[in-house]
Amino acid sequence: MSAVTANQYSSWRRVLSPTGNTGDAVYRVLMLLIALLMVGIVVTMVWALATESMPSIRQFGFSFLKGRTWDPIRGEFGALPFIYGTVASSVIALLISVPFSLGIAIFLVEQAPYYIARPIGFLVELLAAIPSVVYGLWGIFVLAPFLREYVQPPLARVLGWTPLFRGQITGFGLLTGGIILAIMVTPIISAVVRDVLTAVPSSQREAALALGATKWEMIRVVLVNGAPGIAGAVILGLGRALGETMAVTMLIGNRPEISASLFDPSYTIASAIANEFTEATGDLYLSALVELGLILFLVTFIVNGIARVLVWNVTRKTGGVGRAA
Amino acid sequence: MSVSKRSFQLVACLSVFVFLLIGVACTPGGGSGGSGGTVSLHGAGATFPNPLYQKWLSEHGKLHPNARIDYQSIGSGGGIKQLKEQTVDFGASDAPMKDEDLKSAPGEILHVPTVLGAVVITYNLAGVSQPLRFTPELIADIYLGKIKKWNDAKITADNPGVTLPATDITVVYRSDGSGTSAVFTDYLSKVSAEWKEKVGTGTSPKWPIGLGAKGNEGVTGQVKNTPNTIGYTELAYAVQNKLPVGLVKNASGNFVEPTIDTVTAAAAASAATIPDDLRVSITNAQGAQAYPISSFTYILVYKDQKDAAKGKVLADFLWWGIHDGESFAKDLQYAPLPAEIVKKAEAKINSMTAGGTPLRQS
Repeated sequence: MSAVTANQYSSWRRVLSPTGNTGDAVYRVLMLLIALLMVGIVVTMVWALATESMPSIRQFGFSFLKGRTWDPIRGEFGALPFIYGTVASSVIALLISVPFSLGIAIFLVEQAPYYIARPIGFLVELLAAIPSVVYGLWGIFVLAPFLREYVQPPLARVLGWTPLFRGQITGFGLLTGGIILAIMVTPIISAVVRDVLTAVPSSQREAALALGATKWEMIRVVLVNGAPGIAGAVILGLGRALGETMAVTMLIGNRPEISASLFDPSYTIASAIANEFTEATGDLYLSALVELGLILFLVTFIVNGIARVLVWNVTRKTGGVGRAA
Repeated sequence: MSVSKRSFQLVACLSVFVFLLIGVACTPGGGSGGSGGTVSLHGAGATFPNPLYQKWLSEHGKLHPNARIDYQSIGSGGGIKQLKEQTVDFGASDAPMKDEDLKSAPGEILHVPTVLGAVVITYNLAGVSQPLRFTPELIADIYLGKIKKWNDAKITADNPGVTLPATDITVVYRSDGSGTSAVFTDYLSKVSAEWKEKVGTGTSPKWPIGLGAKGNEGVTGQVKNTPNTIGYTELAYAVQNKLPVGLVKNASGNFVEPTIDTVTAAAAASAATIPDDLRVSITNAQGAQAYPISSFTYILVYKDQKDAAKGKVLADFLWWGIHDGESFAKDLQYAPLPAEIVKKAEAKINSMTAGGTPLRQS
């Protein structure tokens, strides 16, 4: 172990400084440290979350994940309603946001004249810079009353026979939380998709048009070309939606219950931590909240992983179709 | 070639320099505080009295420039935790500390009451101009989900002459852990056996029904913007935002409006029965004019201070607070302590010591 052979030594030297220049070597080591620092931060975060949540893990074990009761007074903690609320609100957000974002990006890149595309693109990117508490306030004062008066009653009338659109109409709840997330995520996804579409070589468009494709068919070719990048944009948006705290907590109703109806209040992991951490007394309660954080970490990993696998499959398939055509 | 090499070296040197700078900035700097006879104290805890405490600190700072005191409103739970870990000189909490918390603390902790707060019932009902009257059972039943409509016979019985709509009641509660919720649920547990059994008292209870809103401002926003809602907020918040406020029937059978005077009356009524350690809940207090959903807020200190100089400043600051400081309370919508309670708080402050010698016997 202790004896380092000359060969290993020289291979290390080559990695650190292929040119044999000391300045390069120092620079490389520094950059390596910076890169490792990021990895280190993630590792220590997981470690801290895991050790802090040990009392709760020991007390509840696996039942923490499937428990539906969250009662700090009686010391009963189950995370399932929070996991459901987090995933469901993010899924609603993406279902609404992805079509809109693609539409915005396609319009800006393929259809809008330059003098329109620039200001609109600028405004869309500006939306991404608004603090989430402002979205939350706008949600309380504008979005929730609007949904309560004009959107939820017709939905209940037409689709009230499904379990999805039932219950008391308050303007707050899972649907409202999902919609505010969709609005917050759209600028991110559309900005990235716009860059992706811009990066698709013009030769592709010219080739499609030269072969007699209509504009719509040409756009399809561009979309297929940009599919991996578009998928990346969606994953980026998903990450934001899963972790968003303030705006969601102001609109989702903050009720740890699983209900089929989108009108009913729900709760997300991030909101629960933000809401309850400051006044949490008692070691078990604190540790249960930290375990929620650990679960959010895992949920983010898993959902991202699933998204990546899905995307990988889709891009492979469309890539094949593209080649066949 | 040589140009790129030189720029590489430059970047490398710059990087090293930046890292050194960060390193220097991060090393704990000596020579902060302690010099020139100034004493700095740190406090942390409840958010509810924070506006008053900040006022106290700035007014006290003008009189005693050598005493540097700061207060961070991180929440009662955090304040108690930091006091127990001795990372702050004083804590603050709306609810008195629990027995097990006191036992696990490294020293005896004193509760010094500073001011009073109250929780008020607010609502959004179009066309209702006169204040609604609530009995304790009514509030409990609404928050238990047993009364679902505004025109329920139980509500109309106590509010003759008020036409109430036949709509569903939307119940709003505080989603964030808060002393306000603790006082409210403490009151409901006292007046309703069913509440006590099903829900209990706490900063974040498991609410049987309703929507959660974050903070006093969140509850206010939801109640103001959603028709047919009911919610609860701190008195100061309701007064500043001119919310409609319900009258609550107290233990003597009177419907009482929440005001600074009725809250102080609740504290005065409980003065005779207050325990020696001053840890008491004054919800559902006796007294004809006592508003029943009231509570003390406390500053928490160790009885025996480690540092005599710091302890002296802390004791003097508390003394100043419960005397001169009380005059700032009303403007900020806090109810000042009644004279009987000030006496008891004085005794607590006078019992503070440093290494066994009293701090305030001069």
